[in-house]
Amino acid sequence: MKASLEPSRLAPADMMRASLIGLRTRRLRSVLSGLGIVIGIAAMVGVLGLSESSKSDLLAQLDQLGTNMLRIEAGSGIGIGTGELPEDSTAMVSRVGPVEQVASISETEASVYRTDLVPEGQTGGITVKAVDANLLATLQGQMDSGIFLDEAAGDLPVVVLGSVAAERLGVADGAGGTVVWLGDKWFSVVGVMETLDLSPDLDRAALVSYSTAEEFLDHDGVPSTIYVRSDPDDIDAVRSVLPATVNPESPDEVEVTRPSDALEAKEAADQAFTNLLLGLGAVALLVGGVGIANVMVISVLERRGEIGLRRALGATKGHISIQFLGESLILATLGGLGGVALGGAVTAAYAWSQGWDVLIPAVAIIGGMGAALIIGVIAGLYPAMRAARVSPTEALRTL
Amino acid sequence: MSPAASASTPTTVAPNDERTVLALSNVTKTYPGTPPVHAIRGVDLDIRSGELVSIVGPSGSGKSTLLHIVGTLDRATSGTVSVAGYDVDDLTDKQLSSLRSRHIGFVFQQFFLLAGETALDNVSDGLLYTGMPLNHRRVLAEQALDQVGLSHRMGHEATKLSGGERQRVAIARALIGSPDIILADEPTGNLDSKSGEDVVRLIEDLNADGTTIVVITHDHEIASRFPRQVSLLDGEVVEDTRSVEPEDLR
Ligand SMILES: Nc1ncnc2c1ncn2[C@@H]1O[C@H](COP(=O)(O)OP(=O)(O)O)[C@@H](O)[C@H]1O
Ligand SMILES: [Mg+2]
Repeated sequence: MKASLEPSRLAPADMMRASLIGLRTRRLRSVLSGLGIVIGIAAMVGVLGLSESSKSDLLAQLDQLGTNMLRIEAGSGIGIGTGELPEDSTAMVSRVGPVEQVASISETEASVYRTDLVPEGQTGGITVKAVDANLLATLQGQMDSGIFLDEAAGDLPVVVLGSVAAERLGVADGAGGTVVWLGDKWFSVVGVMETLDLSPDLDRAALVSYSTAEEFLDHDGVPSTIYVRSDPDDIDAVRSVLPATVNPESPDEVEVTRPSDALEAKEAADQAFTNLLLGLGAVALLVGGVGIANVMVISVLERRGEIGLRRALGATKGHISIQFLGESLILATLGGLGGVALGGAVTAAYAWSQGWDVLIPAVAIIGGMGAALIIGVIAGLYPAMRAARVSPTEALRTL
Repeated sequence: MSPAASASTPTTVAPNDERTVLALSNVTKTYPGTPPVHAIRGVDLDIRSGELVSIVGPSGSGKSTLLHIVGTLDRATSGTVSVAGYDVDDLTDKQLSSLRSRHIGFVFQQFFLLAGETALDNVSDGLLYTGMPLNHRRVLAEQALDQVGLSHRMGHEATKLSGGERQRVAIARALIGSPDIILADEPTGNLDSKSGEDVVRLIEDLNADGTTIVVITHDHEIASRFPRQVSLLDGEVVEDTRSVEPEDLR
């Protein structure tokens, strides 16, 4: 009888505007209800960013130090050996084919003090070790100041300090000609090492050459620890032959470790912690979603008049639910953006303070925004349904 | 057009008559419950293009219910309703929404303006669900605001205007897009007498320009100002002045 009715339509831009009305007129409430999402996403981005940044730092360390170093120690434990390696261990290890560098360390009984006036026994935990001249090169360590022990030093009373030892002995500059009281004699400090990541025990040691130890400390020179650099491709083979090479009679008494394993284990532990924090972030996100849903349900009740009016203006139930769904989605998106920004800022600030490269993985940002959107949709579904079900006649009767 | 001039009962104009905007035939509305409420009982009503009609009756007589049925916000329990030539029974809910968006304008006692929006944008919202782009709607909204004498309030936040001005903004919103009929439920109910008088005058002016308007009121004084009065009591039409002087419309 009459031209068929064109369906009522809402232009996309108007849909957006309609969804923004609630946020514009209830700003504080919107901010508060979006806060849960902000915190949840910030936590997730921050955790992923920090773990990635620290991991990249760790990998850089590993890369620098290399994973081809092995440490040989006398096995310790009940009924096992003497705590010392056989005297000719170093020479035996050098003969293993793929071994590129060998350097040994031997514990001495001596103590080192800042001056001869310091009471005996107050060593500050600093040990004195006799070491090979190529130890620093084998460990790929660096000097902070001065030089390492070399062949030229021969049996002179000279000493090189680890970073912690230097600090405790009050030696600021390894090249400054400071003297320390070591084994009843004044020794000249010729160098201070930088911190050694793979062998922190050396940071707390004063190092002398084997000949010096023999000359002044009456030390026998039996090694307690041997560091080995091997061809990286053969590292596993080398590792397996080392115990028998060092001590053919009782290989069980020889312990071979790979220091880089410890760093990798640390990373694995960090990963577990990261997962825990991610879980907490997810919980925060969930709570944030419930918060949005809750606030939206209240908002639907308060805005019944507006809903009734919109129906009178020609809105379908679909238009009404889309409007509220859109509002929830916008809220969650803004929360997600805020969370990504906050998480990124926290990561950047912390990484910067640690001297790490700032690395925020794309998956954290995309995942974070994706999670926010999904939460937004889920949180908005129920309120949107409630809004669509509002009876226009009852809504318009109110007041 | 079917001439029903001599009929003593309210005339039933054929729904497909070119000039008939609204035709109700034996419409009832019963709200379920115990006991059920028979809000509307067998109403016949037809309103033609260009009419200004008041529906008057005491509180609870079914005026708002009738307006909701006429405005397609609610469906009648029985009887037939046709609006702007469309038989409401044949239309889906979505089609009714569409009918409201293009053919019916509403004015309410409580104004129902959107907070945080200007008068201009509130008026533009009158065509929001037609899908017309905002800049087009704003042009039409300017004209509508001009018609209600509020050109100078265009950029003001609508909910911060005076009561009379707010109702004029609401009337402009109903007016935009030239609907076939404007339905106003107690448009002066929240206004002081001066603003109420302004609104009544505005309604008369708009009608003089050709707009079809139905005004619901419990106020007989206001109702008596309009050319045609339909009196409602307990859900029934007890008086319709047009049946007395129908020739006025010709
Ligand atoms: N949703 C509803 N459910 C039950 N009864 C209703 C409902 N809406 C209105 N009524 C009743 O219908 C009658 C007419 O109401 P209404 O149309 O609002 O009258 P008016 O607008 O003339 O005051 C009243 O008795 C009212 O209580
Ligand atoms: Mg009423």
